[in-house]
Amino acid sequence: MSGIDRRKFLTIAGLSAAAAIGRKTLGQTPSSSASDWARLPEENPLTAHRWAMVVDLKKCREEGDCTKCIEACHLAHNVPRFDNPKDEIKWIWKEEYESAFPMQEHHFVQKDLNRQHVLVFCNHCDNPPCVRVCPTKSTWRRDDGIVMMDMHRCIGCRYCVAACPYGSRSFNWRDPRPFIEKATADFPTRSRGVVEKCNFCAERLSRGQLPACVEACEAGALTFGDLEDPDSPVRELLSRNFTIRRKPNLGTQPEVYYIV
Amino acid sequence: MHDTGKILLGVIIFLVLVTVPVWYNAASDRADVVPDPKIITTADQCVMPTDYMREAHMDLLDDWRDKVVREGIRVHTSHDGKKYNMSLTNTCMDCHSNKADFCDECHDYSAVGQPYCWDCHLETKEGIQ
Repeated sequence: MSGIDRRKFLTIAGLSAAAAIGRKTLGQTPSSSASDWARLPEENPLTAHRWAMVVDLKKCREEGDCTKCIEACHLAHNVPRFDNPKDEIKWIWKEEYESAFPMQEHHFVQKDLNRQHVLVFCNHCDNPPCVRVCPTKSTWRRDDGIVMMDMHRCIGCRYCVAACPYGSRSFNWRDPRPFIEKATADFPTRSRGVVEKCNFCAERLSRGQLPACVEACEAGALTFGDLEDPDSPVRELLSRNFTIRRKPNLGTQPEVYYIV
Repeated sequence: MHDTGKILLGVIIFLVLVTVPVWYNAASDRADVVPDPKIITTADQCVMPTDYMREAHMDLLDDWRDKVVREGIRVHTSHDGKKYNMSLTNTCMDCHSNKADFCDECHDYSAVGQPYCWDCHLETKEGIQ
């Protein structure tokens, strides 16, 4: 140990570490060219400034216990079916009138409406509380109003589940795969430990198709369109009918409207 | 300094123990095994040049993931101008439907094991196995 003293050793160690870090950083730059590819528009997607849905509960009522929209959605998105309600995964489901519209119930609500189970799903709020609380930005509001989920980033903290006043978000307590009755390859499944919800069929819109529930509804009870286009079918319905929204007093600005 | 023999013996035992995996693999011929991923597709070109894919397919998949989910961009244009749907199950696995003989061949060898892509993304277009 005569040739090298403490000071020399520290100098050499420091320089080596600096060189190693420098090489690693420089070595990584060429691979970033992968993200520089030309960004091309889609072939023929459906686009909007603000997507919204109008649910006509009158037409829904006439169809009785129809669940075609629910079945179509669950097939399109590989939604599992759990018998235990604690494990339940919900994208689109039916809720009792007083649960769906808690500020608008009273003892003498129109009979058929009070007995009806109201079709509910994610409201794709203009001011979404789930987005505000997400610590990893795995849920966010797109420019076209869709509140999206990125399962890759979700850490399963369930803040969003607690924040959503509509119960639109479900947590995968168990591996959902064994509980998917019929699978489609057009959409991935989920893994245990992530939150999921309705995505307004963002993947179908990109292919130029309407949401699966809208397409499946033969009664025409579901109308989907651009809220900022005065000639869109949703604006047409909104201008001609009295509509309500779920829990509007909370200030979330839900984008699903109900004709009761 | 009368313990030279003991120390030497100790050093030799230590070296043998540390290098056991090397001798073991050399003796069992496993050191010669080289991964041989099998390409069964009839297509003559991947979405990027083969060299690039071999080296950086994971970067490409990350890039596709971010473009599709976060930016809503779903069409990939390859180096030769062809357009592809950015989809692991529907595009990648369409050609490389033999996951066990293609993906796993190198992943097992390099101990990358099973990336958690497959927890959610389906291996085949036929659905869940």
